[in-house]
Amino acid sequence: MTNVTTMTDAISNGVSDGDKVYLAGFTHLIPFAAGHEMIRQELRDLDLVRATPDLIYDQLIAAGCASKVTFSWAGNPGVGSLPAFRRAAEEGVPTEIELEEYTHFGMIAALQAGASNLPFAPLRGFIGSDLPEHNENIARIESPFDDDYVYAVAPIEPDVTVVRAQRADENGNAHLWGIQGEQKIAALAADTVILTVEELCSEETIRSDPNRTMITSDDVDYVVEDSYGSHPSYAQGYYGRDNEAYIEWADIASDVDRVEAWLDEWVYSVADRREYVRKLGVDQLLDLEPESAYATPVDMGRYRS
Amino acid sequence: MTYSNNELMVVTAARELTDDDSVLVGIGMPNLACNVAKRTHAPGLRMMYESGTIGSNPESPPLSIGDPGLASGALSIEPMANGFNYYLQANRLDVGFLGGAQIDKYGNINSTVIGDYDDPIVRLPGSGGACEIACHVDRTLVVTPHSERRFPEEVDFITSPGFVGGREGRKELGLEGGPEAIITDLAVCRFDEHGEMYVDSLHPGTTREEVREKTGWDIDFADDVQTTPEPTDEELRIIREDLDPDGQYTGQSE
Repeated sequence: MTNVTTMTDAISNGVSDGDKVYLAGFTHLIPFAAGHEMIRQELRDLDLVRATPDLIYDQLIAAGCASKVTFSWAGNPGVGSLPAFRRAAEEGVPTEIELEEYTHFGMIAALQAGASNLPFAPLRGFIGSDLPEHNENIARIESPFDDDYVYAVAPIEPDVTVVRAQRADENGNAHLWGIQGEQKIAALAADTVILTVEELCSEETIRSDPNRTMITSDDVDYVVEDSYGSHPSYAQGYYGRDNEAYIEWADIASDVDRVEAWLDEWVYSVADRREYVRKLGVDQLLDLEPESAYATPVDMGRYRS
Repeated sequence: MTYSNNELMVVTAARELTDDDSVLVGIGMPNLACNVAKRTHAPGLRMMYESGTIGSNPESPPLSIGDPGLASGALSIEPMANGFNYYLQANRLDVGFLGGAQIDKYGNINSTVIGDYDDPIVRLPGSGGACEIACHVDRTLVVTPHSERRFPEEVDFITSPGFVGGREGRKELGLEGGPEAIITDLAVCRFDEHGEMYVDSLHPGTTREEVREKTGWDIDFADDVQTTPEPTDEELRIIREDLDPDGQYTGQSE
């Protein structure tokens, strides 16, 4: 059964106003194209969940899509803060946002609880921190076996998680390499999973290297082939991180009018990722292209019983 | 050779690391410090990044801890859950670097909010992995500019615990380790038997008055305050030629 569709259809069928939405990825393979489609479809009241909200969440917040952000580190990696996130948190511009805040480990543990159908997950985190006082989903619990203690977090179960990988077959069996982040558990914790990839491949390719598989078809609802769908973040082996874009965003986002103009130019006036890439231009893509460095093949063997 | 304050900070931080250490590397100056250490006195230094890469060997300084250059050629890449569960929580790392907007006299760090949590004056990025690093490594190091705003007597919000209420307070929480050194552009500060920060060495040309003025409480000085050793020509060469050729993080010599 093939699940392949367009980003437009995946977002309009998979995401509704008010949903808890997780756009996964730790710096790597961030689903910018999916986020831009959510902005174009004018989704509202989203609870944007993610360990490391970065530019795509800043853009969604600036466009008025969010009423809540659930997170553990909200910044522009290596550059500074997220201006639109800060405006919303400090001044309620363009909308008030509620914050549900964790540490990275707390967030990951909450996703693990969601992904493994547990009422909570224990962790040695939050110790000595003021955070538990401000989040009712974090609680101290005593060990049932000795006098030790840990913190527990309630499950995080997104309505929709968008994950990205380098390649998948048409049923949604996906290969991911490079930095893996929280892609797998964010997908397994969610009701609906939208998988977007750089390219479609055969099932045979997936089966040739099962250790590289991030998620299998049973847990995937929509498959979207979207080349360069992570720009300005990156896809290991396909294109590099557009660091200039991250640095420029600090400037653009500091001014509400410039953010509006940027959204008009790069999101609202652009039909899809293909058009975005055309607008970006060939030179930009060539500049981001890495030299090839293939992994040494492994011999999985062929065994007959 | 003349050197910048930032170069001195990087080299001073590098000297805190030993050949046996496993370190959770931060971006910017901590990344430079770890690489200086690895190329000088600590070739065996084991480096892990919060993005899960172990034994990264980037060809140029990464802008972010999730850069593709940290993945290419690494020894291993762990998913986030493994990094936090099996490495950090399981005390497999000796040293971690932390930053923040405020650091107080007990080495507690705030990277969450300035002002009230629910009505912040400045909303900062939050913990990320910082709280867990502060809980689980043996020694945390901070590299930061020295100012009164940055060194209040008490932080507005504890994101990452230092010696919460003193060394005893930290022990009562079940935490080992703690802050080891705060390396600023004026001095190297350490923590006494009560877990309170004091000035251990002053950088060349810095006075006690300057440090007092830029610290939010009446900070103590060691009985025998030393002068922070200057960078060697070799350390400066490694920074300028190999690690930060554009002076992105360190600036060049004054």
